Amino acid sequence: MSLELEELYQEVILDHSRRPRNFGDLADAAVRVHGDNPACGDEIHLGVKFGPDGELQEIKFTGHGCAISQASASLMTMKLKGKSRAEAEGMLRAFHDLVTDEMAEAPRTLGDLRMMQGVRKFPQRVKCAMLAWRAVEQALLQSAGEATISTETDFAVPQHRGLPDSAAPIGKNVA
Amino acid sequence: MHQMAGGGVDWKAIREDFPILRERAHGHPLIYFDSAATSQKPQAVLDALRNYYEHDNANVHRGLHELSSRATEAYETSRQHVAKYIGAATANEIIFTRGTTEGINLVAQAWGGKFLRAGDVILLTEMEHHSNLVPWQLLAARTGVRLRFVPVRDDGRLALEELPSLLTPEVKLFAFTHISNSLGTINPVAKLCQKARAMGVLTLVDAAQSAGHLPVDVQELGCDFLAFSGHKMCGPTGIGVLYGRAELLDAMPPWHGGGEMIVSVTLEKSVFKKAPHRFEAGTPNIAGAIGLGAAIEYIEGIGRAAIFEHDGRLAEYAMERLAELPGMRVLGPSGQRGALVGFVMDSAHPHDLTTFADQHGLALRGGHHCNQPLMRRFGLPGTTRASFYFYNTIDEIDRMIEILRAAARFFT
Repeated sequence: MSLELEELYQEVILDHSRRPRNFGDLADAAVRVHGDNPACGDEIHLGVKFGPDGELQEIKFTGHGCAISQASASLMTMKLKGKSRAEAEGMLRAFHDLVTDEMAEAPRTLGDLRMMQGVRKFPQRVKCAMLAWRAVEQALLQSAGEATISTETDFAVPQHRGLPDSAAPIGKNVA
Repeated sequence: MHQMAGGGVDWKAIREDFPILRERAHGHPLIYFDSAATSQKPQAVLDALRNYYEHDNANVHRGLHELSSRATEAYETSRQHVAKYIGAATANEIIFTRGTTEGINLVAQAWGGKFLRAGDVILLTEMEHHSNLVPWQLLAARTGVRLRFVPVRDDGRLALEELPSLLTPEVKLFAFTHISNSLGTINPVAKLCQKARAMGVLTLVDAAQSAGHLPVDVQELGCDFLAFSGHKMCGPTGIGVLYGRAELLDAMPPWHGGGEMIVSVTLEKSVFKKAPHRFEAGTPNIAGAIGLGAAIEYIEGIGRAAIFEHDGRLAEYAMERLAELPGMRVLGPSGQRGALVGFVMDSAHPHDLTTFADQHGLALRGGHHCNQPLMRRFGLPGTTRASFYFYNTIDEIDRMIEILRAAARFFT
């Protein structure tokens, strides 16, 4: 077994892909986002409920996809539950860097999500890892109602750090 | 070439013609099972490209100098090769394109744009590659033409019993694939063309998966248009062919305007050349056409009947061995099929499987294979596909089975 494979599919990731946490419909979700990764056929339905201070009080998902997309969604919901918007947005950026940027240090705040660092060696799998995060990004953006996003549209999170638009807020509409 | 004493083909020796097969991937000997996406290229084709650029490179049809004559002759000789290869009545029925997709778009725009009206119907099938679906959707949006589809049965074959009710007088064109790139189904092209012709319906055959794999003769098939790509049959990328019956091509207006395709031009208007030049505006892919000519020569040196038999053995063996694996579902018909197998395994998603295989030197393809409606039809987000060509071996299939078995253990 190659080292890259072992790093990509760590036991924690395989475990979350086989038994995803927070998997199910969130009946009283304030916002529902349907996310599509048309290149793979992966799909996610994400529901988020916000607390009195705007924090992500509940977050659940259903859908299907590869081990990477399922584990990423599962780990993400565990991590973001109870977090403030600002914290969630920070994690979104940090996770994106984690799976795309060869040089990025994995911040401790990401916890178990750091296991997904192996994805950066597999550029064609980045969309799988980002699907759930693109969905939550959209959920934060609109706070209520329903939306559909696709990994084939442009990232709203800055992709290249250091470029002039890198300071742009993540609140840009992706659809 | 490559003939053994007994008269058979020496398939092992053929591998030596493909330098890329000596590559390694992730530290393992490369097993290339993605020829349905693009085939590898033999030395003869690489040499033809190099030879052209080193000795004959010039623009075609307009230079009054030595190199231009050579380039023009080589380019037009390739057209002759192609005509002979598919049994066209004349080389004027051969239009060089960028590939299958462009050929189909050409027919949709030039023929469809002129001859079709709102309410006319184009008959397609549920198993079409996006390249034989999206151009027609664009035409439909522009003209009000309607699309209709021959269903695919659970066994991966077309529901031909429904054809009589689908081939109604409003249908003007029946466009369908020769071999499904996901299912491996070989459609009965001659029979379909005959039924269409009996109703006065024109036919277009997508031969992307068949042109390099089995004898394809447009007279025997009885089709009106046929499109294929060079790169899936040992040729370079960026070159393909659209065959059209001469009388149809000459009645079609140009689709791209520019140099090469005109007889005379004034500031107000132009007179266009006849087919095929009418449809080849601008400097064509000269090297590509020459490379395709070399590919055809190479394939004919082996023989398409022999290739078809060899590929068929590989596909049949792969089906047999795949069936040994737990939680395995192979798509498409049993029995004779094209040189590919699409499958799903309970234990692993196609993309995990493809990544796993790749790390073991095995190139598979995972996903929807530009067949999203077909995947939906079978209730699948995607499949894993192993596709073969004459340079693949039984040993490689055995190795694939080992790798898939290891993947099943890994992901379960």
